[in-house]
Amino acid sequence: MTIKGKAYLVGAYEHPARKAENKTVAQLHAEVAKGALEDAGLSRGDVDGYFCAGDAPGLGPLAMTDYLGLKLRHMDSTDTGGSSYLIHVAHAAQAIALGKCNVALVTLAGRPRSEGSSGTQPRSWGAAVPDGPFEAPYGLVVANSYAMVAMRHMHEYGTTGEQLAWVKVAASHHAQHNPHAMLRDVVTVKEVLDSPMVADPLHRMDCCVVSDGGGAVIVARPEVARSLKRPKVRLIGAGESPKGQAGGKLTLTTSGAAWSGPAAFAEAGVKPGDIQYASIYDSFTITVVVQIEDLGFCNKGEGGKFVADGNLISGSGRLPFNTDGGGLCNNHPANRGGMTKVIEAVRQLRGESHPAVQVKNCGLALAQGTGGQLGTRHGSATLIMERE
Amino acid sequence: MRKIPAPAVSPENKAYFDAASEGKLLIKKCMACGEYHHYPRTFCPHCFSERTEWRDAKGTGTVYTCSVLRRGVPEPYCIAYVTLEEGVSMMTNIVDCDLDTVKIGMKVQVVFKPSDGGPPVPMFTPAAAR
Repeated sequence: MTIKGKAYLVGAYEHPARKAENKTVAQLHAEVAKGALEDAGLSRGDVDGYFCAGDAPGLGPLAMTDYLGLKLRHMDSTDTGGSSYLIHVAHAAQAIALGKCNVALVTLAGRPRSEGSSGTQPRSWGAAVPDGPFEAPYGLVVANSYAMVAMRHMHEYGTTGEQLAWVKVAASHHAQHNPHAMLRDVVTVKEVLDSPMVADPLHRMDCCVVSDGGGAVIVARPEVARSLKRPKVRLIGAGESPKGQAGGKLTLTTSGAAWSGPAAFAEAGVKPGDIQYASIYDSFTITVVVQIEDLGFCNKGEGGKFVADGNLISGSGRLPFNTDGGGLCNNHPANRGGMTKVIEAVRQLRGESHPAVQVKNCGLALAQGTGGQLGTRHGSATLIMERE
Repeated sequence: MRKIPAPAVSPENKAYFDAASEGKLLIKKCMACGEYHHYPRTFCPHCFSERTEWRDAKGTGTVYTCSVLRRGVPEPYCIAYVTLEEGVSMMTNIVDCDLDTVKIGMKVQVVFKPSDGGPPVPMFTPAAAR
């Protein structure tokens, strides 16, 4: 059984707020749900499946389901951090293919910026987490976790700070056209390298922003999609994979995309070279380089060379990526960037990205997410979508 | 001085932290598949056997990767993974040296540092510095 062609992304909405001091997280979830339903041309009563992750307040999907007043026959609160929402889209397609629901709502929202969150603060998942006692004493935070991956990638493959900086430069070229983006100034490689060192070898501009906000998508069965007026975006392949420390036998420069990617490509029946636009999770610049390699856009170890010299810039580069400005420049709501990766891929396939960054005749797009930490444990998810 | 958060001691890891209090680094070995693993657990992550036993680690290794965190903290510190002689890597800090000199491939040896209200935790220092 395959999900290929069994479900469509019929609605997508990104919250315009980057700071939402006077709103609750539940309210933000409701706002993005309403936005995605209006975008699709559906109403709340059409929703019979709901998907959310740990950013939703309450026990799994229960509090938000009640708050939103949903009547459901399917729910799923799989949480793999920032990649959860790509997994939700895939699981929604599976549920639709099995007849478990017709219209699935996926929401993400949070306000880490208002709450003072930072990538240099430790995050705790509770005293029962088995790895915690062997990591928390050493001051593990998000920034130094990814920095250790970057350091090892440089050691193994000769990747340079200049190459990593090109990821940010490309994102900034796109963000200048996004009126909602937190950082709209075009930056140079030198400016990235001159920005303060956060965690060797990652500078401040190698790190994504912290923002409030959120987003939502609606996944629906083909009959529903055909009844709507929006351009048709069909899901044709998906993959998901966790990756950890393997009992101490580390392979830190490889991500779960090495498994989720090939699974998605096999299901879709397409190759990396066919992809016209890619949303690639960009918590840090190194995150993009590692995933691009593991997805097969270039050989392992050649990601630094691949992203250099503007190769990710829409209109001139070989692989236009994150044309909304991504996490590096636009937003990173709830410290989870997967939802916005899906949304910008949908915009590209609909032809609704900003004209300055819209890929011409974009018919095939990929969205890639990594949640958790590349330096310890993470969940990778890959979606491949086409314009019908 | 940076306060080192105390590790949460559990029935599954108590022997490890008791040994740390005596200045010894333990490592888990699986009697079924013969492989070492870290972090230590009852079940071997390689073969899922419960026949895992504590062994004294040699306490020496090489830096697999490292990073000095310089922003948002009272003073910079170096996080690292060190690959032990026994072949598995553990997260740690590199301490008691000029942090700018820490490099991948550097030989290091274990030292124990007090945590804030808990048992001491193993960290590493350049082998040449001892």
